[in-house]
Amino acid sequence: MNFLVIMGRLWGQYWKLFLSGLGMTLFMGFLTVLISSVSGSLMAMMRRSRWGIGKFRPFSAIAAVYVEVIRGTPILLQLYFFYFMLPQWLPFLNLSEFACVMTACCVNSTAYVCEIVRAGIQAVDIGQTEAARSLGLSSRQTMMYVVLPQAVKNILPALCNEFVAIVKETSLASTFFIGELMTQFKTINGITFRVLEPLTIVGIIYFLVTFVLSKLIAALERRMGAGE
Amino acid sequence: MSDAMELIRVEDLHKSFGSLHVLKGVSEHIVKGEVVSVIGPSGGGKSTFLRCLNLLETPDSGHIFFEGVDITDKRVDINLHRQKMGMVFQHFNVFNNLTVGKNVTLAPVLLGKKSQKEADETARELLERVGLYDKIDQNPRKLSGGQKQRLAIVRALAMEPDVMLFDEPTSALDPEMVGEVLQVIKGLVKTGLTTVIVTHEMGFAKEVSDRVFFMDGGIIAEKGTPDEVFNHPQNPRTKEFLSKVLY
Repeated sequence: MNFLVIMGRLWGQYWKLFLSGLGMTLFMGFLTVLISSVSGSLMAMMRRSRWGIGKFRPFSAIAAVYVEVIRGTPILLQLYFFYFMLPQWLPFLNLSEFACVMTACCVNSTAYVCEIVRAGIQAVDIGQTEAARSLGLSSRQTMMYVVLPQAVKNILPALCNEFVAIVKETSLASTFFIGELMTQFKTINGITFRVLEPLTIVGIIYFLVTFVLSKLIAALERRMGAGE
Repeated sequence: MSDAMELIRVEDLHKSFGSLHVLKGVSEHIVKGEVVSVIGPSGGGKSTFLRCLNLLETPDSGHIFFEGVDITDKRVDINLHRQKMGMVFQHFNVFNNLTVGKNVTLAPVLLGKKSQKEADETARELLERVGLYDKIDQNPRKLSGGQKQRLAIVRALAMEPDVMLFDEPTSALDPEMVGEVLQVIKGLVKTGLTTVIVTHEMGFAKEVSDRVFFMDGGIIAEKGTPDEVFNHPQNPRTKEFLSKVLY
């Protein structure tokens, strides 16, 4: 009983902090997915490129190494890496802490989006490509008019899932007090010395957001599966 | 047969997939207006041979001349030549993201062969001919297998090809739909369109073909008129194959 009362009191007093934290979290997630949709698609193009010298395909190899390294190391490590190294390497840019953290998020998400796009394209039956090529369409036309329109149906829901994952992962950025939802927990914890109550509130907010989003994604998937 | 009538000439074609040597030196020519059926056991190289003709498979060595041009030459723009070679696949491969009508008009319009209006006109005529006109605005996913294959044939015809390549066009169909597809192909053949068809429908091959190739072990083991190959086979492997399929 006491627990609920304290929770209510904390919410009444600090609801602006919680909501601004949520806003920041969503903003970071949205910006990350937006940027990495572009960079991840480019990375997927590199990964799929067949240009090379003999058997060695440099673009594809670079993209493959990038994806493996990013997916093979913890995101927290990547956050530390860019938070400390970017200002040292590029001091003239005067990067804010937020910019460093966002860089880390985007670098991380690019690798995942690359694989989402690649898998989305690969999931389109090879017969579709063969049919288009047999009619005389170039590989570019085949991609534009036949493969990509079908791949989008695989890619879009997966991108939304990536957004949900990022929303949760941004909590790690609270290490650097970026102002997203988890940072607000730390702030309120610092003021009130309460742990369980603000943590529960933050947890409920995270859950509500991701729950609603995944329901929306499921609906989106159903609609796309239903076809035109 | 004079050179002028020769549409496709194949010289010493070899193709391997990894350690599997699928085509072991195929040389053949196909004349304008000819209907050729390719029969033989699975794994004999029939489909690979057909897919090499429009370079969906790149041969390891050998040459393919189409209308006098060596299309295996790396400097040749294969896309231009493919426009004149229609292909129909075992699994239909109709474009799932386009309506039935758009399936037919996409290539002619995109490749500048026809205006959208002209292409629509042709699509209407062709779809009517195969009994799919009422489906023109539907998504092809809703079609039956036989309807999909008829659409795939029409899609290839809309490019007004000089040759049609059929890769086991009825093998993935329910038995009751085989007839409707064979009927369409039969109608095509009558118009004098050069046709190469890989098939397991022996009765059909016998009926429509000018020549039959029996492929086994990566080579054309026997060839001749349908009467020669089906009724008087010389090669023991042809005899064995036919005895298994013509029961």
